[in-house]
Amino acid sequence: MGEMEELRKEMENLKDQITAARKTFQDSTLQEAAAGVTVVGRVQLKTRKTLRGHLAKIYAMHWGTDSTLCVSASQDGKLIVWDTITTNKVNAIPLKSSWVMTCAYAPSGNLVACGGLDNMCSIYNLKGKDGNVKVMRELAAHTGYLSCCRFLSDTEIITSSGDCTCVLWDIETGTQKTVFAGHQGDAMSLGVSPDFKFFISGACDFTAKLWDIREAECRQTFGGHESDINAIGFFPNGNAVITGSDDATCKLYDLRADQELLTYQDSSIMCGVTSLAPSKSGRLLLAGHDDFNVNIWDMLKAERVGVLAGHDNRVSCIGVSTDGMACCTGSWDSFLKIWN
Amino acid sequence: MTIRNTLQDHGQRYRPRMACLKKSEKVLLEMQDPKTGLKSQPQRLVITTIPHAITGEDIIAWLADRLQVDTQEARSFGSMLVALGYIYPLQDHKRLVIKPDASLYRFQTPYFWPTQQWPVEDTDYAIYLAKRNIRKKGILEMHEQEHYNRLHKWMNHKWDFIVMQAKEQYRAAKERKKPDRVVFDCQERAYWVVHRPPPGTVSAMDYGLDRQIDPNSDEAVTPDFYERIMIFTQQSIMRPRVKSSVSIGALVKYCATYNNHDPFLSNCLPSNPWITDDVTFWTLNMPCVEIPTKMRVERWTFSFAELLSDTRGRDDFRLFLKKEFSGENLAFWEACEDLKWGKAASIKEKAEHIYKTFLARGAPRWINIDGKTMEVTVKGLKHPHRYVLDPAQTHIYMLMKKDSYGRYQKSPVFKDTVKKAICPDEHRFSGAQLEQNSKKRRPSLSPIILRQMEQEQRAKMAANIDITQLCRFTTPVPHLAVYSGFTDYSHCHRLTLPHLPGPHPGLSVPHQRGPGQHLGV
Repeated sequence: MGEMEELRKEMENLKDQITAARKTFQDSTLQEAAAGVTVVGRVQLKTRKTLRGHLAKIYAMHWGTDSTLCVSASQDGKLIVWDTITTNKVNAIPLKSSWVMTCAYAPSGNLVACGGLDNMCSIYNLKGKDGNVKVMRELAAHTGYLSCCRFLSDTEIITSSGDCTCVLWDIETGTQKTVFAGHQGDAMSLGVSPDFKFFISGACDFTAKLWDIREAECRQTFGGHESDINAIGFFPNGNAVITGSDDATCKLYDLRADQELLTYQDSSIMCGVTSLAPSKSGRLLLAGHDDFNVNIWDMLKAERVGVLAGHDNRVSCIGVSTDGMACCTGSWDSFLKIWN
Repeated sequence: MTIRNTLQDHGQRYRPRMACLKKSEKVLLEMQDPKTGLKSQPQRLVITTIPHAITGEDIIAWLADRLQVDTQEARSFGSMLVALGYIYPLQDHKRLVIKPDASLYRFQTPYFWPTQQWPVEDTDYAIYLAKRNIRKKGILEMHEQEHYNRLHKWMNHKWDFIVMQAKEQYRAAKERKKPDRVVFDCQERAYWVVHRPPPGTVSAMDYGLDRQIDPNSDEAVTPDFYERIMIFTQQSIMRPRVKSSVSIGALVKYCATYNNHDPFLSNCLPSNPWITDDVTFWTLNMPCVEIPTKMRVERWTFSFAELLSDTRGRDDFRLFLKKEFSGENLAFWEACEDLKWGKAASIKEKAEHIYKTFLARGAPRWINIDGKTMEVTVKGLKHPHRYVLDPAQTHIYMLMKKDSYGRYQKSPVFKDTVKKAICPDEHRFSGAQLEQNSKKRRPSLSPIILRQMEQEQRAKMAANIDITQLCRFTTPVPHLAVYSGFTDYSHCHRLTLPHLPGPHPGLSVPHQRGPGQHLGV
């Protein structure tokens, strides 16, 4: 027992050293730097389109890189690819397991992926020879549910799971390339950096971790949240990370300075954050909550500048298109709305 | 009372809701504060008097004042408190919302708060339904009757116990004074509306799926656990950090730079397709358009990464490099990208070609990298893998960024592009025209189609050129996989896609039909 106590003390000591190291580099705060920036003013977005067709709770959505197609997954067992301009369904893919929790669109537009309580990530080829959409691969090795997946290319995909690990897969062979272990709670979501060299994951151990894909190691860990982190995303320049948690707050962490910059919270918001997305310039942060609303924050000044209210149930997923023109929200009320 | 479940499992099942519930309780306690909270009064309801009742409008006003929000938000917040079961309505008890009028509400007793009574047991519900059945037969609603029948079937083995408990509770209740009994009945009824909602209600207790890892489970903490954390922490301390002022400055600058390019913050010209249903904006900004817009060209000056990631920008840059006779750098970079993201089967072949074209002594497009990097790369190429060219690629990338990029922006090629770039006039549609636009909506081009068109164009161009003077590694055309010679740009022209909107035969999105797939608007 004495040995354990010593080890624990040593660990605490090191953690204090890290806090001290971070403090020495903290010669300024975002509030100070943003004091001179002009105010954004009230941001009002209206619903431009409503995508109807799902029959049960929508759990996830993801934009394609062309900014007009998006894919959504719902617990009615369907993966639907939408043409958002006309609200037509381009593909309606029936799934083997209806307990789907995530979906992703490949940057090339050729593949979509989904997964959930079946512990597998299923990859579908949209570019099939006879026009059929078929399962191309089933990536099975996780021992927990699949909470999130994101493509790096047509040959690689990263998944996060309830078994606390994230995995980089080789799609062609269907095998695991790298397992990123380190979280102590379910890994709930992940985000890939704009240069595809790093990815971040948020978990139920209240921390977010930055992973180097090539070196296969965890570079940085960020704490500070008081509850499970449900959503995570990169700031558009790739140097900062935004997290959203069940404690109803979002936090901004800087990667290069290795510290927490801001917390986005308000006493009138008590329902947890389920999903988030930054706008193209990074100035606005859109966060979807359990209380059926989406809050829009001015990221530099930490002020709430807008609310999107239109759903009749929890907002489960949100995404801003690549060209930044529209934001799509998906909800448990089975509708997707495009806002602008 | 009921024999309650004595399991310690509180940490796991209500985890997703816990933070929210704690916040609600704080607000609720403030609301009940005798000095600063809500003013309650006894209300007459039919023949009895209910003590401590509050009106909906009072609740909303108090919340709006306390949280500093407008009435609409205060109303949503109030409704959330009702949906979670902290406040219950006296009239219209099945609808868990706050009405902004004189409707009456009461605070729920802490005994029935969601945090106290978790998990909510089916046994308790069965006893409750049985009790109500005993009191007056036929009083159960349709959904309650269905629940009752279902529970009767599944709990048949302990039904005697349940009925006994129900009778006991009923008897005990009769011994209470009438006003107390009425209040307790209301509270209990409200509790079950929250936890066993009537069909069609959006339940606030619905938290989705369970988390897998139980935070309350005592993980055997081994020395290894601490060792791992310490190694990681030590590495972390040694990592280079940047002063936060520098990093923050960069964030603020990024926001300012892209402010005009953010469609949520500034207008886009000629008009936002989502608002006017006119897709000119997207047509003008296609990947391989001949003449780019001014905004797009401006983005190329923001960073080198931005220039390279835009196909049109890269083309312009390539043109400039050709004039400087340093086109091999970009060609090498593109070849590395192709190797990194392409199929595993082709890695060996591509690596060989790259070596022959760019790295070998006397290679036709030899790139200038330092000795050490060259050594490492050549050694790695003996057993090529996806990232074998990373050091060399990074070196060339930095070279282009620090040297060529700056010169590009001052070059006549770029200046010419800037001059020719279009700045479309803003659309001014009348109401009738907007209607017309919405009728003329066409489906968007699938990215697969776009890429196929691009590839066809390139194949066509490549087929017209002498085979020793090949080009283009952006999308290598499969049957012409020879990297040699140098690009002849005079033959390559920009892809001009047919002008949209307007019906065009070859450009409809392939509607993928398969057995059992339904496609409707």
